Formats: sequence, structure tokens, C-alpha cells
Amino acid sequence: MHALVVSGLQKVYEGSGRRVEAVRDLTFTVEAGELVCLVGPSGCGKTTLLKCMGGLLTPTGGEVRLAGEKVSGPPPGMAFVFQEYGRSLFPWMRVGENVELPLKQKGLSKARRRELVSDALESVGLADAAGAYPWQLSGGMQQRVAIARALAYEPQVLLMDEPFAAVDAQTRADLEDLVRGLWRERGITILFVTHDIDEAVYLGQRVIVLSASPTVVQEQLKVDLPDERDQLHTRVAPRFAELRTHVYEQIQSAKRGTPSLAKTDTPPPH
Amino acid sequence: MRRVLLRVFFVLALPVLLVAAWWLASDGSTNVFWPPLRTILQTFPDVWTADRLKDDVLPSLLRLTAGYACAAVVGVAIGTIIGSYRRVRAFCEPVLEFLRAVPPPVLVPVIMLFAGIGDTMKIAVIASGCVWPILLNTVEGVRAVDPVMAETAKSYGISGVARLKDVVLRSASPQIFAGLRQALSIGIILMVISEMFAASNGIGFTVVQFQRSFAIPDMWTGILVLGLLGFLLSMVFQVVERRVLGWYHGLRASTRRSP
Amino acid sequence: MKGLNLALGAAGLAVFLALGEVVPRLGLVKEAYFPPASRIADALADELSDDTFWTALGDTLTGWGLGLLIASTAGIVAGVVISVVPYLRDATASTIEFLRPIPSVALIPLAVLLYGTELRSVLLLVVYASFWQVLIQVLYGVQDVDPVAEETARSYGLGTWARVRHVLWPTALPYVMTGIRLAAAVALILAVTAELVIGAPGLGQRIAVAQNSQAVPEMYALVVVTGLLGLLINVGARTVERRALAWHQSVRGEVAV
Repeated sequence: MHALVVSGLQKVYEGSGRRVEAVRDLTFTVEAGELVCLVGPSGCGKTTLLKCMGGLLTPTGGEVRLAGEKVSGPPPGMAFVFQEYGRSLFPWMRVGENVELPLKQKGLSKARRRELVSDALESVGLADAAGAYPWQLSGGMQQRVAIARALAYEPQVLLMDEPFAAVDAQTRADLEDLVRGLWRERGITILFVTHDIDEAVYLGQRVIVLSASPTVVQEQLKVDLPDERDQLHTRVAPRFAELRTHVYEQIQSAKRGTPSLAKTDTPPPH
Repeated sequence: MRRVLLRVFFVLALPVLLVAAWWLASDGSTNVFWPPLRTILQTFPDVWTADRLKDDVLPSLLRLTAGYACAAVVGVAIGTIIGSYRRVRAFCEPVLEFLRAVPPPVLVPVIMLFAGIGDTMKIAVIASGCVWPILLNTVEGVRAVDPVMAETAKSYGISGVARLKDVVLRSASPQIFAGLRQALSIGIILMVISEMFAASNGIGFTVVQFQRSFAIPDMWTGILVLGLLGFLLSMVFQVVERRVLGWYHGLRASTRRSP
Repeated sequence: MKGLNLALGAAGLAVFLALGEVVPRLGLVKEAYFPPASRIADALADELSDDTFWTALGDTLTGWGLGLLIASTAGIVAGVVISVVPYLRDATASTIEFLRPIPSVALIPLAVLLYGTELRSVLLLVVYASFWQVLIQVLYGVQDVDPVAEETARSYGLGTWARVRHVLWPTALPYVMTGIRLAAAVALILAVTAELVIGAPGLGQRIAVAQNSQAVPEMYALVVVTGLLGLLINVGARTVERRALAWHQSVRGEVAV
């Protein structure tokens, strides 16, 4: 069963006489339980794509299907983690309330909400922070809260839009391991957008390389690294270096606008 | 301990000094308009008896509360509607800018035409003067809801009443409170003026009566009461604001520390 | 986009005026209380051709302008002195907190006794009300001075006066401008109030006279004039503020204080 099917997606912005085609023709699928990373040159319409998938923007053409259902507004089976954690958490609510608010909208019982909130906060390592305000926490901790909010929402698919672009390198490594850990523990489906090639290769089971805008899929690449990954060993493994070099070259050629020859799902040869 | 004492000293020193200066400077005063502070303070308990508080201060405060509350409800409600729709905002803006610019006291004679000189007139005057700063600040606050927050709410299915209550109004609350604060001082001004125009009770009425009958020390006590009232209302407002906007002050302090 | 907004705004204004015409004509409110917009416009035209109207306008503007000037100067000087002299800020904080919320209309009886309907009555109210607006903003502004800049200036041996001129003043300037803008609006309110209630010559007094003589359209015409005056002052103050501070980031995003 495909968790997410994107077919022929196109998005054109029109305004004040100008017509900008941000996304031209995107087709790919994400299987249930998969962790897929999307990378592309900066300004390639990644955020547009993600917002179309999350039902925040209406595509001009094509469609997105979540578990077989066509997406035509924010679907309840999808949770979003934004890059701007500081602006995505509500500063007037305590951490616990921030995580709980979407659950109230779902109409869950109080007991069930409490259970989900404390479970989610515990799994991101913030069990003690429920009573704090987001702005009392560091940037990395705030993004953990945003992840906890997404987890508590119990989505079929978790969309993450460059979630770690604004945190420092140390924190970023911790958060990457957190995401991989959560994914392996809970078996959720994650679509992770990033502009960082290393991050994409380190995290993903599969990497989808996007072209420059107007966006198409440049290449899909299976990451054949072992499932047990850690910052110390994985990043210095020769295979990691090969994969990242390959993705790097693909992005460079995407920037130049040369179409890729290999539109396959096979890893590059060793 | 020393720091506490120092703080207390700083809080009290100048006020004590000023009162002492007033006391000494006015002590031997024979100028009828500047009676000695001693006389004013002696007159105070005779003038502001429990009956007077009930008959004059209470009605004034009730009218202020009624007018202010009407203005707050109407201002926030209409401001939220106007702030939520770009077209509506463009349509209303010039008219609102004009209405806001009308100095509120000139509303007194206008509203007297419609509402006579009773309580309705005074409440209407206070409400129609207070509503503009609240309304326009609400428009600004609602308009400026952070787009990322709006998208977050949308993607998590937060809509309808919950969106309004937990996201839009909370996010606009610092602006709304700025409007409420401006409205409070306008409200007090209008409370006093509407009573000076036409009334049979109220603080403003009483003070003007004292002045017209040349009861100068009594008039001075009235000025003191008005001053105290303004101070107390502003304290109450501050307490409420600190409670409601605690998060906002914390947020601002934390962004100032780490820009 | 901008053109559309302008058109919508003009449409809004037209609808507002049309309502002002139609509502009394249909008898929804008594014409005696709320004359149609066209009759108010006639009355306004009469006013504009009347010399005494222009004298009254001049009187109001004099009270407003002079009061604003005195209050701004006093507010700026007091604010800078309080910030520069050690301990003065701590010592004055409680007094300012107490005096600021005192409604200036409390002084009306005193003004009547002391100055009657003279200009000084107007000035007393205007200055008292607008002084605090400026002072508070200056104090906010000085608080905003970057401690690093202040330390740097100290370490280079700049004297008090030089520090005020080169560090404190440029930082506080946007706040001073905001203070003067707020004070300008408050000053108009109090100038009109003083004229209306005390009877000092000016537009407010003319409104009171119109009210007493049941000249309802004239009264509305004068209310419109005070509104336009207020609008002009608001727009003017905002323009000056923006022009003077085009370089400063605070103009781009305003915070609620």
C-alpha cells in the first residue's frame, strides 16, 4: 500500500501579470513506514511541494493522495513540522498546551489527550518541560516540542520542512538521531525535506533529488547503508562518501539544468 | 536586605519630598486658590464620606465600566472581522481613520442630542470614544498574525472558534491591550467631561460644583480623588495586563537577550 | 493591488457619505438630531466663508501647537536628564508612575479658577497631558541603548555630553518621534476639550455655542472640521516620523508597547 502518491503535480503562481511556474511535473510515491528525504538546489520549490502535499496550497495540476484519498485541504492523517520552530509554536501556550491543542480539535477525551501528550514529550526527551513556555527553551528544544506535537497527532505521514536548518550543528546531529530513532521505534512514514545533502543521505532510506525550479524529479536514489546508523561511523563510511558525492553531482547538474540520464531507483554502482 | 531598603528608599524618597515641599510652601498661604495642604487634607474626610462615595464615585465608576465594556466588546468583535479580510479592511480604512481622528470630547454635544442628559448619554459617550483605539488596534493585531502560525493552525485542523480563541485573538492580544490602555485614559476623560456638561451626580459634577461655589479646599480634594482614581484604575489595568500578557513580556525579554 | 485598495477606500467613503444622506432622509433618525450629509456640507461651506471660523481655527491651532512645543521640549529635556544623572531614574520612577495616569481633566476646575478662559487654561491641560507621552517614550528609548555601544563610548573616554549626543540621542530618536506623534493627537483632544468645557476661544467653544443655539448642522460641520484636523495631524506626524527616520529599522516593524 502506498502511503503517499504524488502524480503529475504542478503549481503555477499567478499575480500582478507575472506567471511563475514553481513546480512543473512531479511524480513519486512513498511507501508506508518509509523515511524519504527530498533534496534539491535552493529555491527549487521544495516548500511549495510540501505545502501542496499538506493541503496548505491547492496544486494547479495533478494530485496528491494520502492512503488512497485525494488531498484537498489539510488532511487529519498528516502532521507538519516547520522550519521556523519559533513561529510555529504558540508563545502564549505552555509546551504541554501546544502539544495538546490539535488533539482537542480532534475531539479526543481528556484522559487520552493527557496520555498522548506525556508520551510524545517523553519520546523527544522533554518529559519535564510540559509546564514551560516555548520561548524559555533553546532552539533545539523548541523544535523537539514541534516534533512532539506532530507525534501526538498520530499522523499516517509526517512532513518535515527543513526542520533543522536553523539550529546549530551539535543540536542538529542530536535531532537527526532523534528522528531516526523515532522512525525506527514507531514505524511512522516520514517525508523529510532538506537542502543539506549529508543530512539527506544520513537520514533517508531513499533520497529524491529535485531539479531546479520549475521542479521535476531529477533522480531517485536508494540509500543502501545499514539501518543502524550513528553520527560517528556512518558519516566516515566509504559508502556514505560515494552516495553523497553522487547526490552532490546530481544537484550540481540540476542547477546547470542538464536532465539526468538515470531516472531509476537503483543505487549507483560501488 | 540592604537592596530591599534601598528600593524602598527610591520608591518613597521623591514622593515624600514633593509632598513635604507642597506642605511647607503652602503652609502659610493666604491665596484663596492655593489653600495650605494641611487645610485640604483636613477637609478631605468631611467631603469624601461613605455617602458621597456611594452617591457620586460609584455612579461614575459604573458608567465608566459600562461604556468601557461596550467599547471593548464591540471594538474587538468588529476589529476582528475587519482585520480578517483584506478587502473589508481597504473598504473601511479611510472612514475609520477619520472617525478615530475626531477628538472624543466633541461627541458629548452630539450624543446629548440623541440620548438626552441621563446615564445613557454618558455611557454612550464613553463607549463611542473608547471604541476607536480598541477597534483599530484589534484590526492591526489580527492582520499581523504570523503566517507560519496561521499555517501551523491550518495544517493541524485548528479552525472555527478554536482558531479564533486560541490563535487569532491570543496572537493579537498585545495590540488589543495597547488599544485598551489608550481607551482607558480616554474613558476617564469622557467620564469626567460628560458629568461636567450635564449631570446630577458623579465625580466630575461634584468637582465643578465645588469650583462654582468657590469651595476651594473641597475642589482640591476633588482633584486629588480624580488623580487617585486615575492611578488606581491604571494599577488595576496593569495587573490584568501582566496576567494576560505574561507570555508576551517573557517572549520579548528572551528575544532581547538573544537577538 | 494598491489601485484596488484605493478604489475600495473611496467606495467606503462614498457609502459612508451616502448613508449620512439617506438615513435621515428616510426618517430612520430625526433630521433635527442628525441632518443629512448635504446639509452638513452646506453648513461647512458657510463656516469656511466666515472669518470668525478661521479665527477659532487659529486659536485651536495656537493652543495645540504651543502646548505641544512646550510639552515636547520639557519631555525631552526631563527624559534625558533623568537618564543621564545617576540614580535619578530609580528615584523618579514611582513619582512618574503616580502622576502619569492622573487625568488632565482633573485640572479643569483649577484652570478655570486660575486663568478663566485665557489661552493659559488650554495650555495647562494640553501640556500636562502630552508631557507624559513624550517623557515615557524618551525613557523607553534610552533604555534601548545598546550597552556595548555605551561601554565602547565610555572606554574611548567620551564625556557625558558627547555620549548623550552620539550614543543616547540617535538610539532614542525614533522613540522621541513616536512620543511626539502620540502627544500631537493627545494635545488636540485636550485643546478642544478645554475650549468645549471651559469656553476658551477656539473650535470647541464654537461647537458649544452651536449646541446651545440649536444650530445642529453647524455643530456637525464643526465636528467634521475637528475630525479632519485630527486626521491631518495624524497623517502629518506619521509622515514626518517616517521621513526623519527612513534609515532606522524601527520604522519597518512597529512593536506594541
